[in-house]
Amino acid sequence: MSVETERSSTESEVSGLDYEETALTLRLPGGTSRVAGSEPDRKRGFSETVELGLGSGAPVGTRGVGSTDDQSDESPESQASVAEKPPAPKARVVGWPPVRSFRKNVMKSCKLVKVAVDGAPYLRKVDLEAYTGYHQLLTALQEMFSCFTLRNYPDEERKLVDPVNGTEYVPTYEDKEGDWMLVGDVPWKMFVESCKRVRLMKSSEAVNLAPRAQHS
Amino acid sequence: MREEISDMSEDDETGERARWAPDLSKNRSDDSDSGPGPPIGDSPPPFSDQVLENVLENVLEFLTSRRDRNAASAVCRSWYRAEAQTRRELFIGNCYAVAPHRAVERFQSIKSVVLKGKPRFADFNLVPFGWGAQFEPWVKSFGAAYRHLERICLKRMSVTDKDLTIIAESFPLFKDLTLICCEGFSTLGLAVIAERCRHLRVLDLIEDYLEDEDDEVVDWISRFPETTTSLESLVFDCVTCPFNFDALECLVARSPSLQRLRVNHHVALEQLRRLMASAPQLTHLGTGTFRSEVGFGEVDPNLDLVSAFGASRSLVCLSGFREIEPEFLPAIYPVCANLTSLNFSFANLTAEELNPVIRQCHNLQTFWVLDSVGDEGLRAVAESCQDLRELRVFPLDPTEDSDSSVSDIGLQFISEGCRKLRSILYFCQRMTNAAVVAMSKNCPDLVVFRLCIMGRHLPDRITGEPMDAGFRAIVMNCKKLTRLSVSGLLTDKAFEYIGCYGKLIRTLSVAFAGDSDGGLRYVLEGCTRLQKLEIRDSPFGDASLISGLPFYYNMRFLWMSSCNLSMRGCKEVARNKPNLVVEVIRDAVEEEEEEIEAVEKLYLYRSLAGARTDVPAFVKIL
Repeated sequence: MSVETERSSTESEVSGLDYEETALTLRLPGGTSRVAGSEPDRKRGFSETVELGLGSGAPVGTRGVGSTDDQSDESPESQASVAEKPPAPKARVVGWPPVRSFRKNVMKSCKLVKVAVDGAPYLRKVDLEAYTGYHQLLTALQEMFSCFTLRNYPDEERKLVDPVNGTEYVPTYEDKEGDWMLVGDVPWKMFVESCKRVRLMKSSEAVNLAPRAQHS
Repeated sequence: MREEISDMSEDDETGERARWAPDLSKNRSDDSDSGPGPPIGDSPPPFSDQVLENVLENVLEFLTSRRDRNAASAVCRSWYRAEAQTRRELFIGNCYAVAPHRAVERFQSIKSVVLKGKPRFADFNLVPFGWGAQFEPWVKSFGAAYRHLERICLKRMSVTDKDLTIIAESFPLFKDLTLICCEGFSTLGLAVIAERCRHLRVLDLIEDYLEDEDDEVVDWISRFPETTTSLESLVFDCVTCPFNFDALECLVARSPSLQRLRVNHHVALEQLRRLMASAPQLTHLGTGTFRSEVGFGEVDPNLDLVSAFGASRSLVCLSGFREIEPEFLPAIYPVCANLTSLNFSFANLTAEELNPVIRQCHNLQTFWVLDSVGDEGLRAVAESCQDLRELRVFPLDPTEDSDSSVSDIGLQFISEGCRKLRSILYFCQRMTNAAVVAMSKNCPDLVVFRLCIMGRHLPDRITGEPMDAGFRAIVMNCKKLTRLSVSGLLTDKAFEYIGCYGKLIRTLSVAFAGDSDGGLRYVLEGCTRLQKLEIRDSPFGDASLISGLPFYYNMRFLWMSSCNLSMRGCKEVARNKPNLVVEVIRDAVEEEEEEIEAVEKLYLYRSLAGARTDVPAFVKIL
């Protein structure tokens, strides 16, 4: 293996390539004598590549050799760009725009909190930032712990009920000061800020919680 | 920000050139082209030569630049040996380019190691998890060979707690650990480092991803020795786990040499004030969450914060500002005039909120900001920061169709006000060729030009033309340009210009650009100093790949994903270039065993080590 020295400038030769020479085929770009002749001083350039004997003459096929076809879910836009049309609806593409996850996560300030259910042996995590209000959150909890149904009481109290045994669960949360509060007392945004974790407590045990704020 | 290491990129003005080192794989002792081979089985040189060698070693001690050292090592055997004896810093730009044992055999007195792993597109989730770049084989080799190792700097490596333990156990003089964009370790490993590296000066964790289950978090801050420490730099804003603040406060108080401190978001303003009081000598401060912990109606900590900043006479670099409450910004006014570096890129600020701060930052050289400040905010920057060298404008909403309030107008302002600009990274939704041309003319010192028009294939927003003309002006007028990232609607013409004029370009990033194979060929043939080429979603096929065969040994790597490559083309490359490792990467292990002809991801790089043995199932080495 020899050390390649710096290549000589080939500006005029580069611009001398016309579109046909650069068309996508399996045939080597050095296939025509014109191009090969215009780069005589190339060290191990086309002479090397000519030996590869790739040329079957058959074109690669439609652009992409099926790559864009197969990956149509991943990068529909590359297919569109190849066809030189303006891109259609913007399907999200992996890693574009090129912003690191670290930065995305910081800006997202995702609020992941653990959710525990009295009597259930497992914990789940929810991203509070994914919801816009209490109803959405409780609906999500209901779906998550699928045994519950949401029951609305007339004074806006919300409880989750296990239809099997009728046990009522009250959604509670621990705030930044370590106090256990009833979910729904404070404005949603304040709740998202201060909530550290959520616990679906059996109603019977919820009597000692911080008293509800008076509605003004 | 990491000014000291300048992003661990070689895009600095000293013009480091990564030169293909002599081929040490064969004992071609008489092959003068490739330089001297290793002196295996040599008899010792005659006495007079030994004297000369000793003299040479003394001289070579002063040679620090990699490029100069590589050149010196190629002169003859004697120089090769002397250089190998006196090299103190080992730089490996691609951890798979050479095997650890070879590095360790050649260089026996290394004190500092810089090692890079995954390709940069791994940052954008294009490299599947588990691809490689394990630090383990390296740390084991170093541990056995380099008793005096003091510094390790890793970028995009996979580092485990066990590796960190080996560091702590193997190097009694260990002083500096810097991990950038690494993953695989946890607070457990940090605790080991803190506890056992008694001479630790620098612990910089920058944009790493830590593995930590909430209930397994270790309070590593408490594990530093109780005595006075020699800590100079402690950066851990990427460590998202909570920690014992009192322990940090004590640590800071007993670290009189501490100059750089960047905390994570668990530190709010009240706590920041306490830290600053313990360390008025800080030069670099990364705040945590820039808001008050207390609710309404409590004592306003603002006054104390002002005096805290007022007392910090040495501050030159500020960063952090997470979840910012802008009413606390005036607290930093006392230090603005001294700042050379300001990172607001996590602060959602409007132009009105930025203005009073930036107006005072006359000496700013580095500024990172979010596009929330808009073109108007950038105008204020341009009018206030005449000395600016580096600007980065990040998107508040990093999605393609977001509303970005910065555009060609902001870029124009910057170009007119910040004539000394050397490096720019600019995310936007709309751009014009005219603004880019203006920048090329107004800022001739540009070394790094990275423009990211977030919408794919977007043309000039006024003329509707491709962005070819803008990038042409950049490569023509910015004669020192070594790093370029392109975006927007680009035809092959743009690449023709880049190949024609971009003779100093070492790093080129291409995405969603070009028309045909010709585009890539222009670049490969024209950019004679090209080292790192990363391409995604562009219509370049096998012909263009093969056209680069004469040049791949002069490059560190080529990455191509979602292009038009096939196995046939890639195999040809592999067949023709034995010292290239050609990796075809799939996204997941498919059930079918037969080969898919289309190549979704290609990563090829020169290597003395041959095909690596730690390939996961989704990587095939041709």
